[in-house]
Amino acid sequence: MKFAVIVFPGSNCDIDMYHAVKDELGEEVEYVWHDATDLSQYDGILLPGGFSYGDYLRSGSIARFSNVMSEVVKAAEEGKPVLGVCNGFQILLEAGLLPGAMLRNQGLKFICRPVELEVVNNETMFTTSYQLHERITVPVAHGEGNYFCDEDTLKQLEKNGQIAFRYADDNPNGSLLSIAGITNKEGNVLGMMPHPERAVDGLLGSADGLKLFQSIVKHWRDSHVVNA
Amino acid sequence: MSLMLEPAQQQIKDEKIYREMGLTDEEFSLVEKILGRLPNYTELGLFSVMWSEHCSYKNSKPLLRKFPVTGEQVLQGPGEGAGIVDIGDGQAVAFKIESHNHPSAIEPYQGAATGVGGIIRDVFSMGARPIAILNSLRFGELDSPRVRYLFEQVVAGIAGYGNCIGIPTVGGEVQFDRSYDGNPLVNAMCVGLINHDKIQKGQAKGVGNTVMYVGAKTGRDGIHGATFASEELTEDSDEKRPAVQVGDPFMEKLLLEACLELIKNDALIGIQDMGAAGLTSSSAEMASKAGSGIEMNLDLVPQRETGMSAYEMMLSESQERMLIVIEKGREAEIQELFHKYDLDAVAVGTVTDDKRLRLLHEGNVVADVPVDALAEDAPVYNKPSKEPAYFREFQAIENTEPEVENVEETLHALLKQPTIASKEWVYDQYDYQVRTNTVVTPGSDAAVLRIRGTEKALAMTTDCNSRYLYLDPETGGKIAVAEAARNIVCSGGRPLAITDCLNFGSPDKPEIFWQMEKSVDGMSEACRVLNAPVIGGNVSLYNETNGTAVYPTPVVGMVGLIDKLDHITTQAFKEAGDAVYLIGDTKTEFGGSELQKLTAGEISGKAPDLDLSVEQARQEKLLTAIRQGLVASAHDLAEGGLAVALAESAFGTGLGVTAETDGSAVTALFSETQSRFLVSVKPEHEQAFQEITGAKKIGEVTAQPVLKVVHNGTAVIDQPVDKFEESWRGAIPCLLS
Repeated sequence: MKFAVIVFPGSNCDIDMYHAVKDELGEEVEYVWHDATDLSQYDGILLPGGFSYGDYLRSGSIARFSNVMSEVVKAAEEGKPVLGVCNGFQILLEAGLLPGAMLRNQGLKFICRPVELEVVNNETMFTTSYQLHERITVPVAHGEGNYFCDEDTLKQLEKNGQIAFRYADDNPNGSLLSIAGITNKEGNVLGMMPHPERAVDGLLGSADGLKLFQSIVKHWRDSHVVNA
Repeated sequence: MSLMLEPAQQQIKDEKIYREMGLTDEEFSLVEKILGRLPNYTELGLFSVMWSEHCSYKNSKPLLRKFPVTGEQVLQGPGEGAGIVDIGDGQAVAFKIESHNHPSAIEPYQGAATGVGGIIRDVFSMGARPIAILNSLRFGELDSPRVRYLFEQVVAGIAGYGNCIGIPTVGGEVQFDRSYDGNPLVNAMCVGLINHDKIQKGQAKGVGNTVMYVGAKTGRDGIHGATFASEELTEDSDEKRPAVQVGDPFMEKLLLEACLELIKNDALIGIQDMGAAGLTSSSAEMASKAGSGIEMNLDLVPQRETGMSAYEMMLSESQERMLIVIEKGREAEIQELFHKYDLDAVAVGTVTDDKRLRLLHEGNVVADVPVDALAEDAPVYNKPSKEPAYFREFQAIENTEPEVENVEETLHALLKQPTIASKEWVYDQYDYQVRTNTVVTPGSDAAVLRIRGTEKALAMTTDCNSRYLYLDPETGGKIAVAEAARNIVCSGGRPLAITDCLNFGSPDKPEIFWQMEKSVDGMSEACRVLNAPVIGGNVSLYNETNGTAVYPTPVVGMVGLIDKLDHITTQAFKEAGDAVYLIGDTKTEFGGSELQKLTAGEISGKAPDLDLSVEQARQEKLLTAIRQGLVASAHDLAEGGLAVALAESAFGTGLGVTAETDGSAVTALFSETQSRFLVSVKPEHEQAFQEITGAKKIGEVTAQPVLKVVHNGTAVIDQPVDKFEESWRGAIPCLLS
C-alpha cells in the first residue's frame, strides 16, 4: 500500500508521519508538496500536523486553498482512506470533508501531553484492529483542539457512529462530548487531534497508535484481494 | 525619505550624539582615528552596534580567553554561529545558548520568541538540522503581578515560536529569586545534527562572488537592539520597546527548510544569520573572517517599509533573515530554490579585496569603513576587579543547620518552592515530542533524544544555581558545570562539551567584574577536569534594574553522548524491591540552599564545597555501572537535598520508597552537599554495583506508594507519595491563580 504525506508550508509533523509508515508500519510512503495536482498513484492520503501557513487567520484556513486539496477531495470521494491529524484535522474541517469546527483549548493554552483515548467505534477502516471501548495512550499537542458543532450535527455524528475516539477521563481541551476524532459519514475520512504517528514505538512512550495504521492497511488488503 | 533628520558629522561630534548610541568619548576618538575623518551618522551607527558589549565582548574577552576550548571531540570552537562536536560515524552535534534578557523584560512574549528564533538560526546557519530547544529562565518571586505576567508571557513566547516552527522544546530549568524581579533572564539553547561534510562557515571568500540577502524583508524593528542589550534597565526602558523585534516562526520554518536545501548546493560559499546588529554584523564579520571586503547596494535590500534610511536598514534587527555568499553567476538557481518557499533571495553586493565595508544608497556611498575595525578590532577593556565586602563576611560564617520543627512539613514546604516544584505548567505548553525523537521528556535530569537510524542518543541539559554563585562565584561556577555533567551522566551519557551564557550585572562595577572573573575561573577548571570544553556561548551584561544586579548567573548548556539506547536512564524508580543507594557523603552545607531560603528568607554563608577530582571519579563510576546495565534509576541530588530527590524519584511511578538515615536529620535530609547521586538497583545487580561505586545502601523501592524515612530508628517522614506529589505538582498553578 502506498501512502502520500501531504506537506504544506509550515507542516511540521510530516517527518513523524513518514517514519511511522515507513519504519514501523513497513509500507511505502512519499512526501507530496502542496502544489501537487495528481494523487491518483496513492492508496492512502495523510495530512500531518503542524502550522500550515503559520495558521494565520485560522488554523487550516489557508491550507485548504492549496492546489493539492482538490485532489484530496477527489481521493476522499473515491473512497480512499484520508487521515488528518491535528492541523490535518483542522484542514479537513476547513475543507468541509468533515463537519464542525475547532475552537481554542478551554484553558487557552497549548497542551502537550499523553492522553488516554477510548475507541468508540471499532468498525471504521481506521479502527478495526482495536477492541471496542479499548483504552489507548496517544499524545496531544495543540492549541486549538476544542471540537465544536451544532446540535443537529452532533446527533448525526452519534447516530452514524462517526465518533471514532473520545478522551477517556481527562478531556484536555473542552471538546464537545470529549470528542477526539471523527469520521465522515462514509467512514473513509478520519480527523483526530491526538497524534497516532507519535505513538508507534514503545521507546518513545507508547505504540498504541500503530494499530490505527495497521487497520488502514488491513482494510486496503481485504478490499484488494484477488480471488484466484 | 527617512523618518528622522540625520545630524551632520560635525554636529555628531560637537553635541556628543555618539553617547546616546553607547560610545564613549575615547571610543569616538578612536573611530575618528581609524577613518582619518569624522564618521557620518550611518558609519557611527555601524561602529556603535559592532562595538557594543553584545557584539564585541569588549568587557568580557579577556575572561573568555581563559575557557578551555579544545578537545579531540571539538570540530568547531567559539567564533561561528554555533560550536560543533564529533559524535562518530561522520555525524556531529552543533549547539549554542544565547540570552534575550533585555527584550524579554520589556516585551516578554516577543522577546522570548525571537530569542528562540535567533538561536535556531545560529544552528542552521552552520548547516545543522535543529533537533531540540532548551531554555534557562530566571524570574523574580511569583507574589508580584508583574513577575507573573513576565513568567506567563515568556513561556507563551517560547511555546509560540518553538511549537510553530516544529522543533521540540525538550528541557531546561526555571528558577525564582528576588534578584530577578525587574530583570528576568531568558536564555535559549538550540541543538542541531549535522554530517561532518556539510559544516558551513560564515565567510565571504572569493573576490567577485555574490552577496545575497535571503529571507524576510527588513523593517524598522529592533533598531539598535544590540546597543539596548548592553545597557542597564531603568524606569525609562519601556521607551526602548521599538528596539524589540517581532518574530514570525512560520517565516523561519520556510527559511530553515530553504537553507538546509541550500547547503547541499555547491554554489554556497558562506552563510551567516542576521542576528544582533543585523546586516551590519553579518556582512562585516563574514568579510573580516575571510580577509576580504564587501560592497553592498542598499537600494536592493528587500524592505517592508518605505523610505528606510541606510542607517535604519543597517541597524534593523528584523528577524528571519540570512546573508549568504555564493559563487558568481549562480544567482538564478539560488533564487529558484528560495522561490519554492516563497522567500526573497536578492543579490545585494559583491565580495571585494579591499577589506572594507562599502555601502551604496540612492547613488551615494553612505559608508566606507574597514571591516576589521568593526568586527575584530573593537576596543577591549581590562576592567578593574574588586572582591566585594559581602564575600569576606559570608566566608567567615560557620556552617550550621537551619532550624526545622517538623521534617515532614518541611519537605512539603520545599516541594512547594517554585524553584523545586513541578514545572509541568511550563512544559505542557511546549511541544516536546514533534519530530518523534524525544525518549526522555521534560522533568527528568536531562532530556534524551535518539538519533534516528543509529543506536545512539543525545542527552542535554541547562544548569546554574546562581545562589551558590552569589555566595562564592568560583565554587558556584564549578558547581554549575559539575551539576550539568551529573545530569548527563544520570541519563546514561558522557559529557561532550558545553555552551555558556554569562548573565551578569554591570562590568563597570569592580565587584561585578570580580564575580565574572571568579565564575569563569571556576567553570574553566571544572570544564578541564570533566573534559567538557566550551564550544561557544554568549555574554549578557548590564542585567541590572535601577542599579541592582541580578545574581551572577553563568548558565551552562551541556550535551552528552549516549552510546547505546540501552544506556538511557531516568530518575524514576522502576520496580518494587529494587535497592536504593546513595553515592557520596553528606555534610552540613546549607549556604545558598533551598532550606536556608525557606527558613531565613535570604541566603548567606558559604556555598557547598566541591572537590572536582571526587566529582569526576563518582561520575565515572556511575557511568560505568549504567553502561553495564546495573542501574535501574539515577538522580542527582540538587536543591532540597536527599528528601526532595527521594520524592522526585517516586513521583509518577505508583511506587513508594523506604529509606534509613543517621546523623542529624536536617543535614541528612536537606543538606545540599555536592557530588551525590540517588540510585536504584535490582537486587541481582547489587553486588556488582557496590563493587564499582562503593555506594551506601539506604533503602528500598516499595510496592506500597508511601514515602517513608526512618531516622535513627524513628519514622520522621511517613506519608503517601500522593500527598507530596500534590504539594509539588500544585505549587506553580496555585501561585499563578
